[in-house]
Amino acid sequence: MSEQQLFKVTIDNITVEVAPGTTVLEAARMIGGDVTPPAMCFYSKLKGSGGKCRTCLVEVSKGSEKDPRPMPKLMASCRTAVMDGMEVKNITSDRVKDARAGVVEFLLINHPLDCPICDQAGECHLQDLGYEHGKEGTRYEFNRRTFEKHDLGPYIQLHMTRCILCYRCVYVADQLTENRGHGILDRGDHAQIATYIEKALTSDFIGNVIDVCPVGALTDKTFRFKNRVWFTKPVDAHRDCDKCCGEVQLWMRGEEVLRVTARKDQWGEVKESSKGGTGWICNECRFEKKKTADWVVEGPSMVNRHSVISQGHYLGMQQPHETIAKVMGRAPRLLMDIHEVSEVNDPSVDLSAIEGPATGATFKKEKSKS
Amino acid sequence: MQTLTNRSKPVNRKPMTWLEKLYVWNIAKGMAVTFIHIFKRKATISYPEQKRSFSKVFRGLHILNRDEEGRERCTACGLCAVACPAEAITMEAAERQKGEEHLYREEKYAAKYEINMLRCIFCGLCEEACPKDAIYLSQTFAPANYGRAGFIYGKENLLIPNPKEDPEGFNKARGERVMS
Repeated sequence: MSEQQLFKVTIDNITVEVAPGTTVLEAARMIGGDVTPPAMCFYSKLKGSGGKCRTCLVEVSKGSEKDPRPMPKLMASCRTAVMDGMEVKNITSDRVKDARAGVVEFLLINHPLDCPICDQAGECHLQDLGYEHGKEGTRYEFNRRTFEKHDLGPYIQLHMTRCILCYRCVYVADQLTENRGHGILDRGDHAQIATYIEKALTSDFIGNVIDVCPVGALTDKTFRFKNRVWFTKPVDAHRDCDKCCGEVQLWMRGEEVLRVTARKDQWGEVKESSKGGTGWICNECRFEKKKTADWVVEGPSMVNRHSVISQGHYLGMQQPHETIAKVMGRAPRLLMDIHEVSEVNDPSVDLSAIEGPATGATFKKEKSKS
Repeated sequence: MQTLTNRSKPVNRKPMTWLEKLYVWNIAKGMAVTFIHIFKRKATISYPEQKRSFSKVFRGLHILNRDEEGRERCTACGLCAVACPAEAITMEAAERQKGEEHLYREEKYAAKYEINMLRCIFCGLCEEACPKDAIYLSQTFAPANYGRAGFIYGKENLLIPNPKEDPEGFNKARGERVMS
């Protein structure tokens, strides 16, 4: 490999040298920043993914050193291998920007506007994509497609209306689990993620479809409606697990572990573990270890400060010294303890202990007790 | 020093004459202003008996809105809480069960919704953030209270009357601010 020469590729006037066989998208990710095309279906850790959503379209203005003709159509950068001397335009090309806005519009044609309900809101790639590359309104005048409710068992919640058919979850089931229980049924407008005859997805590692899903189509049922992601506090934690690397991110509220996910890198993909292996986590770690005692907490996760999740999370925060107790010799008497009055955030209600989403009874029952 | 505006007047430092030293003229001038105001319209009202009408853009106590069918609009999306600069809003979400479709508009709803009126600064950002037209600042203000506990407003204080059962109360509570 060492004698193999590197290919020079220029993306938005920035030149990098990459190994032959690298795709344009991966080369752009090496540069990073705004130059990187967004990707909804491509997932570098899943073999065969990509080429479906068309959000990563780029303009190839010069094919290669030997054949400098530009490519006539916009190319999907996740599936186009680099050539020596290739010149690619992403954000510097108006054609790309226009096409991308069109692709986003197509993706959103059938996507419901239920972000206020959706658990993925705040970490949704389609939300980011629509915000950055989309148009404000929709021109679609017809009803969005609807599906019959399909139950995928106690762990995974499927919202087929939100799906953009990226196939990532299918590849996860193929490549990480011993048998794939779900797939895409039907075709065209009727294509849907389903198990054909309704059954629960229970194979180990199937929980990773939640991390991989770019939208809120597959979400964690044990976290369903418990809190918004930006009110939870992400911390890195690990435990000894014989099935997976055991390195996870806990999404906590106070001392409660509301959700467990794999750690993500800057592209929203599951990070490699610090021991060198893959970062996928098993179902046991994800769904059953919902106590702080199960985990060794390493510290708060780094969150991109442009993300809504970073709101209210401060690193290196110093609490001011309370001087009243020192001067008076006793703690100051509080005029009101908020927990005596407030019914929200009741210490006696442990949301992490309930299996599914909370219902009206969860809060009513506790109220009559107190 | 040269002035910037050329409008400054030099101070008159002449000693006062005998007539001026009596101050009668100036006192009469001052009293005239006072007496004129006796015949002018009063600027104040006797408050609890009389009340002033609110401006259309007045931002007072919050209301939680319902739709035409009387279902709660709030879905506990948390955008008001994240927009709130005073961190006054908290909520607890729950899933709508079968048979509750007439109560809540969407799959998810706010089982508990609380606004701490002690913290609230009535900026109206919650209203602006709300994607569901669920929260509005009405044309009333929080009544005075001796205790702090009375200022924690729960859903029972905030929700407006059901338009099907009490259309009059519904319209009154919505006031003129609600646009939809």
